[in-house]
Amino acid sequence: MTSVKPTLAVWKFASCDGCQLTVLNLEDDLLPLAGEIDIAHFLEATRATVSGPYDLSLVEGSITTPHDAERIREVRAASRTLITIGACATSGGIQALRNFANVEEFLQIVYARPEYISTLANSTAIAEHVPVDFELRGCPIDKGQLVEVVTAFLAHRRPNIRNHSVCVECKKRGTVCVTVAHGTPCLGPVTQAGCGALCPSYARGCYGCFGPAETVNSPSLTSRFKELGVSEADLVRSFRTFNANAPAFREISEAHEPRT
Amino acid sequence: MHRSFGRKEKKLPEAVIDLEGLQALLDSLTIRGYTVLGPTVRDGAIVYDEIAGVNDLPAGWTDEQDAATYRLTRRDDSALFGYAVGPHSWKKYLFPPQTLLWKARRSSGAFEVEEAAPQGGPYAFLGVRGCELAAIHIQDRVFLGEHPDPTYADRRSNAFIIAVNCSTPAGTCFCVSMGTGPRAGPGFDLSLTEILEGDRHAFTVDVGSERGEELLSALPHMPATTEDERSAEAVIERAAGAMGRSMDTDGIKELLYGNREHPRWDDVAQRCLSCTNCTLVCPTCFCSTVEDTTDLTGDNAERWRSWDSCFTLDFSELGGNNVRTTTRGRYRQWMTHKLASWIDQFDTSGCVGCGRCITWCPVGIDITEEVAAIRETQEGSRHGDT
Repeated sequence: MTSVKPTLAVWKFASCDGCQLTVLNLEDDLLPLAGEIDIAHFLEATRATVSGPYDLSLVEGSITTPHDAERIREVRAASRTLITIGACATSGGIQALRNFANVEEFLQIVYARPEYISTLANSTAIAEHVPVDFELRGCPIDKGQLVEVVTAFLAHRRPNIRNHSVCVECKKRGTVCVTVAHGTPCLGPVTQAGCGALCPSYARGCYGCFGPAETVNSPSLTSRFKELGVSEADLVRSFRTFNANAPAFREISEAHEPRT
Repeated sequence: MHRSFGRKEKKLPEAVIDLEGLQALLDSLTIRGYTVLGPTVRDGAIVYDEIAGVNDLPAGWTDEQDAATYRLTRRDDSALFGYAVGPHSWKKYLFPPQTLLWKARRSSGAFEVEEAAPQGGPYAFLGVRGCELAAIHIQDRVFLGEHPDPTYADRRSNAFIIAVNCSTPAGTCFCVSMGTGPRAGPGFDLSLTEILEGDRHAFTVDVGSERGEELLSALPHMPATTEDERSAEAVIERAAGAMGRSMDTDGIKELLYGNREHPRWDDVAQRCLSCTNCTLVCPTCFCSTVEDTTDLTGDNAERWRSWDSCFTLDFSELGGNNVRTTTRGRYRQWMTHKLASWIDQFDTSGCVGCGRCITWCPVGIDITEEVAAIRETQEGSRHGDT
């Protein structure tokens, strides 16, 4: 019997590799995955590659260079389905902090020969460059959600990935609300679920790793943060982490940025 | 407005037990095969969890609550039930956050479907408040009506309910307004009132069922005296006078039906985060979603039911379109359902006055305040005072 397994390619753009590592870290699901799909291109795992086109491409990382802006078009052209994975690919990642500063100044300070560096002024999500079939959020992505997305692809169904707040996950697992019971500022009410409410379950406020939830009422949450003693500077910092360039978070941090 | 202190007629409690008697009660339940669930301190709150004995109870702890604030603080006595209600409700045991409905397995071109057997229990609930017992009765109407829910029916019919009359209402409590407390009842197996007088630490016991009677007879207990009765009544009366909030429910259905376009809905929408907390802490909210999952091989499928909320976008998506996209629409739907259309649907209000939605709202939206605001400024006020 000839193999009719779909082919998988995993691509890296500007990123820390943590989301690709999540694929390798699937443990019990890795062998069943390899049983259902041919891993054709995955440099983090093996140098051996099979040329495209590919049935499914998972794309990690953001676009930060002219070369990558070109390369993502080639990846798109070689992929039947393209799914972006992680905060870098879905919003620009932590490196999108450059979007709030002058990259030319960074180049002058960091590099001995800045003229060798070819980089873009902004770090942007893959979807700003090519059409994306599904965006899987998280910094890093959640293992269970990754398996769900790949499984849904194989079964030709919609993935069970919800866009509601982290609060739903806290309540389902019975975690006591850290804001109400401890006075700890938490981004949970405006952050998309997916992590299983990891930080609140260790009595920490949510850091917003999964980016903005489907509904974000920033004026209301930020005025609550101020009542809890969060300074304007900390407010800006709390929304400028892994998803700083996600539109809803960017709006909040820009609204509270000191005017100069 | 209801002004009774609960529905039960006053009568002499059947018995009095001490702390040893309470431990014997828990032991007897364990011996009879119950998983005993009750209040315990965890993560800075009094939550419901499995308890092994009296030592797991929140001795000397209380809760201070206001809109968006809950703080665990020390009492100056060793009361075991000297708090109001915490973030959890008994809903999590009767209507679990996630329930497997069925599994299916594909083999040689066919499917085998395996119904999920009800799991968990039988449960004994210790420390059920009047408001919470009322909430269970409301969910009974939802889940045990024309199409009984097997998981709920199984857990509910086997649940042994030990009410403890509330002695320490919180700042967000308004059970007196809703006619659900502080006296619990009816519908319990046993109902306790905690008495702390000098060195004496005892509980009066009311019996509400045959199995409650049977259990009490196996415990070391004393007959209750009129003095005990007076002490217990004083606890309940004090609690009734210590409500942190109130809600005028007079004509509330007509009030909300008649104010669908009230500007207050825009006002609350500016504050509401659509985070779902109010609905998930509410002991009567019952909305759920159903998800089908498959494994990587596609040979195994499962259908799960999980808690959902009218504040999520997916929840109001019908046939590919969303019928309730605004926060204004979602809050209005929730509050109007809870306090008005619930009456048409289930012949009871959906609110028991436990105050959880006020305390656990991260931005402190207060349902009693929202009702009052609409009442004060309604079109053609029935009270003629606008």
